[in-house]
Amino acid sequence: MPVPEGRVTDEGDALVVLRRVDKHFGSLHVLQAVDLTIRRGEVVVVIGPSGSGKSTLCRAINRLETIDGGEIRIDGRPLPAEGKELAGLRADVGMVFQSFNLFAHKTVLENVTLGQVKVRKKDRRTAEERARALLDRVGVAAQADKYPAQLSGGQQQRVAIARALAMDPKVMLFDEPTSALDPEMINEVLEVMQQLAREGMTMVVVTHEMGFARSAADRVVFMADGRIVEETTPEEFFGNPRSARARDFLSKILHH
Amino acid sequence: MFDFLDGYDLLGAFWLTVQLTFWSALGSLVWGTLLAAMRVGPVPLMRAFGTAYVTIVRNIPLTVIIVFTSLGLFQTLGVSLGADRFTTINFRLAVLGLTAYTSAFVCEALRSGINTVPLGQVEAARAIGLSFPQTLRIVVLPQAFRSVVGPLANVLIALTKNTTVAAAIGVAEAALLMREMIENEAQLILISAIFAFGFICLTLPTGLLLGRLARKVAVKR
Ligand SMILES: Nc1ncnc2c1ncn2[C@@H]1O[C@H](COP(=O)(O)OP(=O)(O)O)[C@@H](O)[C@H]1O
Ligand SMILES: [Mg+2]
Repeated sequence: MPVPEGRVTDEGDALVVLRRVDKHFGSLHVLQAVDLTIRRGEVVVVIGPSGSGKSTLCRAINRLETIDGGEIRIDGRPLPAEGKELAGLRADVGMVFQSFNLFAHKTVLENVTLGQVKVRKKDRRTAEERARALLDRVGVAAQADKYPAQLSGGQQQRVAIARALAMDPKVMLFDEPTSALDPEMINEVLEVMQQLAREGMTMVVVTHEMGFARSAADRVVFMADGRIVEETTPEEFFGNPRSARARDFLSKILHH
Repeated sequence: MFDFLDGYDLLGAFWLTVQLTFWSALGSLVWGTLLAAMRVGPVPLMRAFGTAYVTIVRNIPLTVIIVFTSLGLFQTLGVSLGADRFTTINFRLAVLGLTAYTSAFVCEALRSGINTVPLGQVEAARAIGLSFPQTLRIVVLPQAFRSVVGPLANVLIALTKNTTVAAAIGVAEAALLMREMIENEAQLILISAIFAFGFICLTLPTGLLLGRLARKVAVKR
């Protein structure tokens, strides 16, 4: 398989490393000794049935969920437990949610400026310039002064991507970014993500969009019941899934 | 017909009512917000304190609190809040008591407002690296306040009427003057009507203005 230009595939260049990560919700063992390494510039698609722990995995990486065992390292450093250091780490890890989660009382521009000023301590003018450039890049520059409720779902999600990018994150996590969208808006969001991937952004994407996985992913990680069951190239995974769980899952999402 | 009003400082008394209301409203907005922040915050000790405070204070009659500020704080412990004239001391004690009491209600109104802010926005705020206090100040509280302007208006109206309890420790606000006038004059019903009207003049515009504000600042989702 040819290595896309600009992608570093060196084993030593690990950006996000999960080692034997365990997470319980009460008696439910949601993440079971999960091992996963994401290299700089890599795009990893996480796929699996509902309830398999995909969201929890994402949320553990920027510590919106604490873990009970194992270790997570970002850029060589273990996740800090609390306080300023943790906030700093979160700023380095961009997150895009299924439900957009834009700040409803702030304009689109303010949504994208806020973190730059309050966390990155940029001055307002610089932050606004950058925000406008990012809004332009995701195709919603014309909506800068509107409130989130005045935008379509697709536009809101693109603003949410711009808001995350504004922090200059080392890695972007996407948790089912198109699942809450009407079908006609899915592509406008996927296109933005495709472009990010081409530009070499390190991405972890939970999605069931086969098209995106096939064209943008370097690797597909299949999860079931809190474990990583299969980890391979998109071609291998969709064309020749090895585990029975994956075959079963694929037959369900391909024939509905 | 209104001759009996001569010699009474009606406006002065209501002015004191307004001042009591104003300072207590300001105080309880600040303290009530801090209490709400404690109650939703991550520090167990603060949560416990906030919860205990609200539960206890809400269940004590205001009169008991006001009388305690005078008998307990001032006369027993010598707390005079930096004032040396008796009337000033009592005024400040009354503001303290009213603030302590009203804060519990502000806290609870605000907490119900905080509950209307979607959790996802809080997570998004944390995900871009805002600290807990920043998330509260920049994302949660502005939206919470907007959604509880109506309930807070009710708290303010109740506070305006509750200032009459300050008469119990001799603050010369409207209710104290009314009692004095009723003792000295024969016009019982007329006097009551005048004071009732005075309070309506204070509370009705509050309700109308804040009602309009509530509609104006509501966050669209
Ligand atoms: N905060 C929580 N408290 C209790 N259980 C949870 C919580 N979050 C998720 N779960 C449970 O953990 C399991 C994995 O959830 P999740 O990571 O959201 O799965 P996925 O994203 O793959 O659908 C599910 O069974 C879910 O019900
Ligand atoms: Mg999920």
